[in-house]
Amino acid sequence: MTGYVLSQLRALEAESIHIIREVAAEMQRPCLLFSGGKDSVVMSVLAQKAFAPARIPFPFMHVDTGLNFPEVIAFRDWWMEQLEVQLVVASVPDAIERGLVQEEPNGSRNRIQTPVLLDAAEQHRFDALFGGARRDEEKARAKERVFSFRDDFGQWDPKNQRPELWNLYNGRVFSGESIRVFPLSNWTELDTWAYIEAEDIPLPNLYYAQERDVVKRDGMLYAVNEFVVPKDGEEIRRMRVRYRTMGDANLTAAVESDAETNEAIVAEIAAARLTERGATRGDDRVSEAAMEDRKKEGYF
Amino acid sequence: MSDLLRFATAGSVDDGKSTLIGRLLYDSKAIFIDQYEAVERVSTQRGDDYVDLALLTDGLRAEREQGITIDVAYRYFATPRRKFIIADTPGHPQYTRNMVTGASTADAALILVDARKGLTEQSRRHSFLATLLGVRHLVVCINKMDLVDFSQEVYDAIVDEFTSFASRLHVGDLEFIPISALAGDNVVTRSARTPWYDGPALLYHLEHLHVASDRNLSDVRFPVQYVIRPQSVKARDYRGYAGTVASGVIRAGDPIMVLPSGFTTTVAGIDTPNGEVPEAYPPMSVVLRLADEIDISRGDMLVRPNNQPTARQDLDLRVCWMDESAPLSAGRTLAIKHTTVWARVKIREVVYKVDVNTLHRDESAQQLELNEIGRVRMRASRPLFMDDYAENRATGAVILVDEATNRTVGAGFLA
Repeated sequence: MTGYVLSQLRALEAESIHIIREVAAEMQRPCLLFSGGKDSVVMSVLAQKAFAPARIPFPFMHVDTGLNFPEVIAFRDWWMEQLEVQLVVASVPDAIERGLVQEEPNGSRNRIQTPVLLDAAEQHRFDALFGGARRDEEKARAKERVFSFRDDFGQWDPKNQRPELWNLYNGRVFSGESIRVFPLSNWTELDTWAYIEAEDIPLPNLYYAQERDVVKRDGMLYAVNEFVVPKDGEEIRRMRVRYRTMGDANLTAAVESDAETNEAIVAEIAAARLTERGATRGDDRVSEAAMEDRKKEGYF
Repeated sequence: MSDLLRFATAGSVDDGKSTLIGRLLYDSKAIFIDQYEAVERVSTQRGDDYVDLALLTDGLRAEREQGITIDVAYRYFATPRRKFIIADTPGHPQYTRNMVTGASTADAALILVDARKGLTEQSRRHSFLATLLGVRHLVVCINKMDLVDFSQEVYDAIVDEFTSFASRLHVGDLEFIPISALAGDNVVTRSARTPWYDGPALLYHLEHLHVASDRNLSDVRFPVQYVIRPQSVKARDYRGYAGTVASGVIRAGDPIMVLPSGFTTTVAGIDTPNGEVPEAYPPMSVVLRLADEIDISRGDMLVRPNNQPTARQDLDLRVCWMDESAPLSAGRTLAIKHTTVWARVKIREVVYKVDVNTLHRDESAQQLELNEIGRVRMRASRPLFMDDYAENRATGAVILVDEATNRTVGAGFLA
């Protein structure tokens, strides 16, 4: 009978495709949140497979903080053409100009992108937003449902979540309310990379090791670019580094690595002893409950 | 090839469940240094004597503050042989709905028994709920063996007591392992301190648990999820029916019947995310192409003409009620989701409720309160093609939704 067992990667793929199709079938106006990071790229590949040979039947949205790596924006535009999907860009700089949000004193746009996302979702009347979050990323996420209900303020109430049984998802909402859907809930970082390798999925080249000028800041390595200018006393070093996540260019650190191929990255992740967020994200270091607080407000 | 095993754990703070999960995660390197350090920091701040691994699994602020688990948390670890998904649920009776949720997708359940206390109400309740929800494999970890000097007599007495209790449940496979989660005995490696025990360590057992034969490969059930009709030039004539194979093996060339219409045709081809295949089995997500053009839409079910589920409009289901705002009682109308079908049901009668601790049936019950389980008769607005839950988890289960709030308020299954 062993012939009728799916490998764990194919079982995860099947589950994700089931989830994506449920949303397309039951929700009025779904939209896929696309950041250009590997998880959203994997999610977009799963969406493509879910409806092939037809096109993906919903648009994508990118919340552009204005602080993206230029490589990510270039990749995004190229990938949208490959998938033939419509892209909605919700721009944080535009929202600052309109007075919807204000720049935070520390220069981080992590928190202020939430109102921009909610505003765009409301304008387009999206009732379901796909996100690439995984439960293994962070402990507040470990408890989030696959179909995660948001009230008409976009808020998540972790203590009052809908029970979620079998694969019988409940996406019913009233006007103004919405759900966030996480098709990659049960994937780990290693699964994501194993899938990228198995399917030969294209990614922004920042994920692969290159020699870069870096400075060490708060114990993390930041590549020098237009967003990261060395401060007085910071020593510039030339190192082989790659990125494990794609956040804002001013707050996303790189890790020392020689991994230039998907195969090498899979080996590196399998041996990694730091979470990807802990290793590279300045924005998660605020407090023990930083992610839970942002999620309650409507963060991804 | 590594496959996937989903298992559920249930338990309260002091029975060592979190320590056991922490150890499985830590020893399989699924816990990262920064996660461990964060937990260590909090433990130190609170003045704990040891690093509290429960903090790794208690993800919400309220849970950390109160030192309890209030919701299902999903945890992941992998060995070269298998990937494991743990549905970690709280153990108290007031969280029965969370345990039911965690068990609904589990292949196996870990039951923790404190060697000093023996079989408790809690271990009985967890075992009952797990088997009720169709979990075939129970792994009973008799924990804290270090505190009873690794006594074989203590272990044997608990095994006997549990075995006798389990004869009242539908357990497919029952396994006992003497462990110490804190010290690591028989968790990842066999312990030298239990020479009288000749079974495997827990991790080895989980890695080798045979779950493939638990899947129903005989009754073809394919709920249509989505109709794929490309509006593009390159695939203009394509029409396919997308869905997840609920059970059975579907082969190209097979005769197929569409329910409820009763039309028959044959499977012309099976497309998967990775190309065309000759056969599909659960839980694959596939697209079926059919030989004839017939009217098929979401909510229809494709089956073999000679093997059909019963169309039921009068439903007699086991229900776990999950709503804190109001009980389930006769006369209520609810939305119901079965496979890819939404319908409505009118509650006719609460037949009885079960005491989840004693398994006693209370036939005088008129309603089900939050976290109560019982047998409920209801009438559906359209026929549903259900199978016995014991034979078919995917087609034997439903959720109930309150149309006034859209909240999921109940879980039901045909048993």
